[in-house]
Amino acid sequence: MFSYIIKRLIWTIPTLFGVTLMVFSMVHLSPGDPAVAILGDKANAQSVKELRAQMGLDKPLYTQYYIYMSNIAKGDFGRSATSYEPVLEEFMDRFPATLELASLAMIFATIIGVLAGIISAIKRYSIFDYTSMFVALAGVSMPVFWLGLVLIYFFSVKLGILPVSGRLGYEFDIEHITGFYLIDSLLVKDYEAFWDTLKHLVLPAVALGTIPMAIIARMTRSSMIEVMKEEYIKTARAKGCSRFQVVVIHALRNALMPVVTIIGLMFGSLFAGSILTETTFSWPGIGKWLVNAVYQRDFPVIQSATLIIATVFIAINLIVDLLYAVINPKIRLS
Amino acid sequence: MRKLLIMTLLFVTTLMYAAPKYGGTLVFGRSADSISLDPSHATDGESFYGSTQVYDTLVQFKLGTTEIEPALATSWDISEDGLTYIFHLRKDVYFHSTKFFKKKVQFTANDVLFSLNRQFKEDHPFFKVGGSYKYWGFMDMSKIVKSIEKTDLYTVKITLNKKEAPFLANMAMDFASILSKDYAFSLLKDGKENRLSRYPVGTGPFVFQKWVKDDKIIYFANKDYWNGKPYLKKLILKVIPNASVRAAELKVGSIHVMDFPNPEEIAKLDADKNIKLIKQEGLNVGYLAMNIHKVPAFKDVRVRRAINYAINKEAIVDAIYAGFGKVTDSPLPPTMWGYNKNIKHYEYNPEKAKKLLAEAGYSDLKFDLWAMPVVRPYMPNARKVAEAMQADLAKVGVTTKIVSYDWGTYLDKGRKLEHDAVLLGWTGDNGDPDNFLSVLLSEHAATIPVSNRAAWKNREFSDLVAKAKTTTDIAERTRLYEEAQVIFADQAPWVTIANSIVVEAVRSNVMNFKLSPMGKRVFEKVWFDK
Repeated sequence: MFSYIIKRLIWTIPTLFGVTLMVFSMVHLSPGDPAVAILGDKANAQSVKELRAQMGLDKPLYTQYYIYMSNIAKGDFGRSATSYEPVLEEFMDRFPATLELASLAMIFATIIGVLAGIISAIKRYSIFDYTSMFVALAGVSMPVFWLGLVLIYFFSVKLGILPVSGRLGYEFDIEHITGFYLIDSLLVKDYEAFWDTLKHLVLPAVALGTIPMAIIARMTRSSMIEVMKEEYIKTARAKGCSRFQVVVIHALRNALMPVVTIIGLMFGSLFAGSILTETTFSWPGIGKWLVNAVYQRDFPVIQSATLIIATVFIAINLIVDLLYAVINPKIRLS
Repeated sequence: MRKLLIMTLLFVTTLMYAAPKYGGTLVFGRSADSISLDPSHATDGESFYGSTQVYDTLVQFKLGTTEIEPALATSWDISEDGLTYIFHLRKDVYFHSTKFFKKKVQFTANDVLFSLNRQFKEDHPFFKVGGSYKYWGFMDMSKIVKSIEKTDLYTVKITLNKKEAPFLANMAMDFASILSKDYAFSLLKDGKENRLSRYPVGTGPFVFQKWVKDDKIIYFANKDYWNGKPYLKKLILKVIPNASVRAAELKVGSIHVMDFPNPEEIAKLDADKNIKLIKQEGLNVGYLAMNIHKVPAFKDVRVRRAINYAINKEAIVDAIYAGFGKVTDSPLPPTMWGYNKNIKHYEYNPEKAKKLLAEAGYSDLKFDLWAMPVVRPYMPNARKVAEAMQADLAKVGVTTKIVSYDWGTYLDKGRKLEHDAVLLGWTGDNGDPDNFLSVLLSEHAATIPVSNRAAWKNREFSDLVAKAKTTTDIAERTRLYEEAQVIFADQAPWVTIANSIVVEAVRSNVMNFKLSPMGKRVFEKVWFDK
């Protein structure tokens, strides 16, 4: 197990190296002068020249790549070309917001998705099955920004029971400890702020979690149906296990294998931030930050943030693989 | 008697109504976050929204106008030759004392020298801090300024290389904001000089408290503000990227002022009794520049006039600006002094256009029409504007192909004059006509990399603009600019399209919120009724 983890970790190095090379060539091969893109319509000769020098664009490409890589090796991810703040700091300012939302969305998606999938599988062709699978299909096909606006209109403007957008009401001001408002508010024992944070999380988590929920529900259902046909289920029934024991202990554990993979992959992609959900709900996460960086040709941000996200993604994949062994003892990692 | 009583009552209620009240937290919902709170590094409006609350300048624009009034300088003298400016500074002004900089420091000439010289002198310890000083470059300040010195603790002398009438207006721009030298050097001593752009300390109406990136900036009123304590107790700038969501927040009352409503949603907001609209003509212009350098046909003034006659500007503004624009003939916005409304107007006249094209021998003219990929204040949807122009031009036998690139490429290629005809615009920086006419249309701006996108070189026009720049008498300058606009309209290097009208939606109890033509958002005199 330990040597397996080490092996996997060593393998991430060429992957990450490939990521840097790819991102670097992509941003540099795209047409247009990034200095002009950043300066906008006011740019003149002097301001362009100064910014190009500051960004190191006046040096040959291979020198730029060498400087970039040697800085990364030293743990220096560079400074944003627009704000001039260190990229890592800018990333950490926003990442907790994305992580908090992604986690809540995945918890919502997993609980509802797995439950709906199980019930649909064991009560196949029932009203519940049809309804939940219809909802799941609708969930997959619904554009997030539209769903978000509908939720806001109904729950916030019409009913007035949930806040429109943002992470916390303006009357609250909680100290930055971990950056996760749910945790920070509990740490300082500000239960009102905790409750307000939770209320702010409901709509964006539902909007962001709907597609994963739908996928998980359909996945769980079909996987459960497959497993329920297996011989060992018959055996379990024959030896007199209760229906609950059969479903939860014998079937679910096996049926969850592909579901875990999907959950891992989706969680990884939610980490990169969901630009649409974050924009709709004024969520100060990394999705919008990254997209802005692409628009503005903020090379250091694009390059380093992609690298950080790739690392997180690889780490999650590794964790998912390790989880396999926990769920299914048949798989032993050697 | 009864009448008298009613009159008195009315009078008293009006008085009560008009008297500003102190207190309250105002939340301003805006579309994006600030990038930097150092106004000398920033170039975007959102960054200036954030820094302008904290900082003052030597002189400032009178609220809602482009007129200059005293700020940190109480008065100034300009020498006969127009080369020396002496600023007399306000005494007993203190920089904010905050959690991260507790010292209470008095404002002096040293701070002015620090704030300007850091952008000017290459050997200044802050010259390389925080990246390049973009606006200093945009305004060509290094060429204009010769030296910045103090004659005593409250007097600053700035000497110029050449006569430059717009210089005073430049000093009212955000990039010329006054920062605290003591604070900056205390950061430098700790090796934290880059924090200057994130933790601002100024002399302005609001004291910076906290910035949560992409979320909010929180300020408190500066009780000791030299221009009177602000009425609001607390100010929050909140980022809400989606305009419909901003409108929803305004409706439920969780924000009080909303930036940039969707044009389609304005009528609905207006109908809400808790919401009112504030309008201001923007200091900008949207135009189509015909590249005389590249397209031979555009060298012929008859072709340029024909294009002007062929395009139905009224229809474009009605349909695409949705009522938030005004058709214009001048490159100067009407809110700017020096604007000349008595210049040649090209009415929509396809017949005349066809005739002119035939005369010039270009009955089957073809060119590429460049459309911007982004929304700008001066053009809400360049693609649609281009499509409307394409249809209009087709009617007079001109074939156009619409071309677009991403914004950076678009600007870059445009600067190199690779376009045939390009849609673009300009937002004024300093409320001076020179900032439009010289930057966008003069001869010297027509060499690559250009800002004169038509590459239009008219000696007479350029001479008038250059002369106006070295004249300090406003009446004389006005006359010169008016004359220059007549030449512009006659020679038609652009199809001028429109000036935009900026609309903000605010809660009905928000009083005295005024928009500035320069696009600033100022809250120092805003108060809550009820």
